[in-house]
Amino acid sequence: MIDVRELTRSYGAHRAVDGISFTTRPGRVTGFLGPNGAGKSTAMRMIIGLTAPTSGTATIGGVAYQDIVNPGRHVGVLLDAGAQHDGRTGREILTIGAQTMRLPRSRVDEMLATVSLSDEEAHRRFRDYSLGMKQRLGIAHALLGDPAVLILDEPANGLDPAGIRWMRDLLKGYARRGGTVLLSSHLLHEVELVADDLVLIGRGRIVAQGDLASLGSGDGRGAALVTAQDNDALAAALAREGLRSEPEGTGLRVHAGTADVGRVAAEHRLVLTDLRSGAQGLEDLFLELTASTQREAPSTTDGHATTSTTKGAPR
Amino acid sequence: MSTGPTSATAASTPSGSAGTTATLPRLDSSGTPAVGLSTLVPVELRKAVDTRAGRWLVAAILALTAAAVALVVAVSDDGERTMADLLSFAATPQGLLLPVLGILLVTGEWSQRTALVTFALTPSRSQVVSAKLLAALLLALAAVVGAILAAATATAVSGTEDGFADVGVTTILLFAALQLLNVVMGVAFGLLLLRTPTAISVFFILPAVSSILFTTVPALADLAPWLDIQTAQMPLANGDFSLTGEQLGQVAVTGLLWVGLPLLAGWWRATRAEVK
Ligand SMILES: Nc1ncnc2c1ncn2[C@@H]1O[C@H](COP(=O)(O)OP(=O)(O)OP(=O)(O)O)[C@@H](O)[C@H]1O
Ligand SMILES: [Mg+2]
Repeated sequence: MIDVRELTRSYGAHRAVDGISFTTRPGRVTGFLGPNGAGKSTAMRMIIGLTAPTSGTATIGGVAYQDIVNPGRHVGVLLDAGAQHDGRTGREILTIGAQTMRLPRSRVDEMLATVSLSDEEAHRRFRDYSLGMKQRLGIAHALLGDPAVLILDEPANGLDPAGIRWMRDLLKGYARRGGTVLLSSHLLHEVELVADDLVLIGRGRIVAQGDLASLGSGDGRGAALVTAQDNDALAAALAREGLRSEPEGTGLRVHAGTADVGRVAAEHRLVLTDLRSGAQGLEDLFLELTASTQREAPSTTDGHATTSTTKGAPR
Repeated sequence: MSTGPTSATAASTPSGSAGTTATLPRLDSSGTPAVGLSTLVPVELRKAVDTRAGRWLVAAILALTAAAVALVVAVSDDGERTMADLLSFAATPQGLLLPVLGILLVTGEWSQRTALVTFALTPSRSQVVSAKLLAALLLALAAVVGAILAAATATAVSGTEDGFADVGVTTILLFAALQLLNVVMGVAFGLLLLRTPTAISVFFILPAVSSILFTTVPALADLAPWLDIQTAQMPLANGDFSLTGEQLGQVAVTGLLWVGLPLLAGWWRATRAEVK
């Protein structure tokens, strides 16, 4: 549904988004994952026309966002849950949205119920909302027009574990009904649980993309770590089967799946002492990405790592 | 830490893009009810008064207008004040507050960052700006009507002989035009500067500085009525609504300079500025 091609945005000499291309499909949640400052928000702003691209295009269902009639009815957007008028009540914020999209007022009540904001809470002023309530209100706003596409920038920010679970179920259900979701996050574990597809971005460039399962298992980058009693014999046997290998640690790294390596060893009656997948997991991939885009590498600091990964930073 | 060729291998993995060759559904929005000015103007009017600050501002404009008129009548001797007189007093609080209303209508979107939502729902920013301009004009018009009613009532109550003699259609029109011009100037400065404190300060300081400059530098004195908006509008502010053709021309020229030009520039800026 969302089709991004060679999208680029420069600020002076700095390329915040650097020629990214990806596609999201209906019925699937696409996670847009990258460390702080990777360019996620900038890319999303370009998709909905709030920031002009330096070059490249973004279309939704083949149409530029600006050309969609009454876009709120087709694309639900939440770029920043905090970007609402402090003095308006939650209900008023939704009412303005509904009025702008020419929706019946009843939609407001429906959406308030969907995101579990009580009537009393809906009458509070936005400035008195907790972070989680703001996020829920933002989701309600994005869903108002019953859109087929959702674009959400860090929607789980500020949600407690129950809230994150709620959001996850909501988005999964939405996608199951055929909706297209693009959601950004800088937390792998947050995205892992909800996304079907993943687009990894770092320093404005796409570093990896694909469906979660294949990215996670590293199937596409088949690699096995193996240690045999006689490594040289194993290497020779592998080479005869056309499988490349090189020494690593106490054994070999083989450019093949673990099953292939096991089969070769069995056929050549070689004793293995260790055999496991040497593919990079998603977390390794992401950590590496995060580390290489860190201002300070975690290892060079005095323990106050500034990572924002699943490991969590020390106090 | 592993040193695998992360990006190169992973990015070229074909597994994830298996489905992208299938044609994606197209989005057809032709049957969706369109969002036009008839939708957006009421929305902007609503936004102008749906916060405590907005309601206070509108209430203050109405209350101060009435208060100004009432005060003048109270402190004047019976039969001393004519309607044109009273109108010019009503114009003072309106002249100060209506532009602020216009400014806030625009800058509120940026300072409260609601522009993010507004422009996401209405990508045609010119349409949003038009709606704001129309909403500001409608609000100003309401205030003008209120002022006229207040002045008329006060004139009748104070029992001035021939109190209505000096008000004709021209007077009413000039008074209304002046207030509307003022509110548009507020919108224009809002669009141009996009930040509430900056827009409000510049709106009040710049014309004052210009006025001081034009009245104190002798070489500029001749040009003043043509270039300085306060000089040009001086007669109107003093309750003299019978302008000569030349004076009208001066009001028009300074209007273009101080309202038209900033409006154009502001329109250009606001429809292009990055929203975040
Ligand atoms: N108006 C601007 N002028 C200059 N640089 C900008 C501007 N907007 C964004 N950038 C830069 O572009 C880069 C990408 O920013 P962006 O907000 O898109 O990152 P992000 O992936 O959303 O990060 P986060 O996870 O922290 O929200 C950053 O380095 C940022 O400083
Ligand atoms: Mg961001």
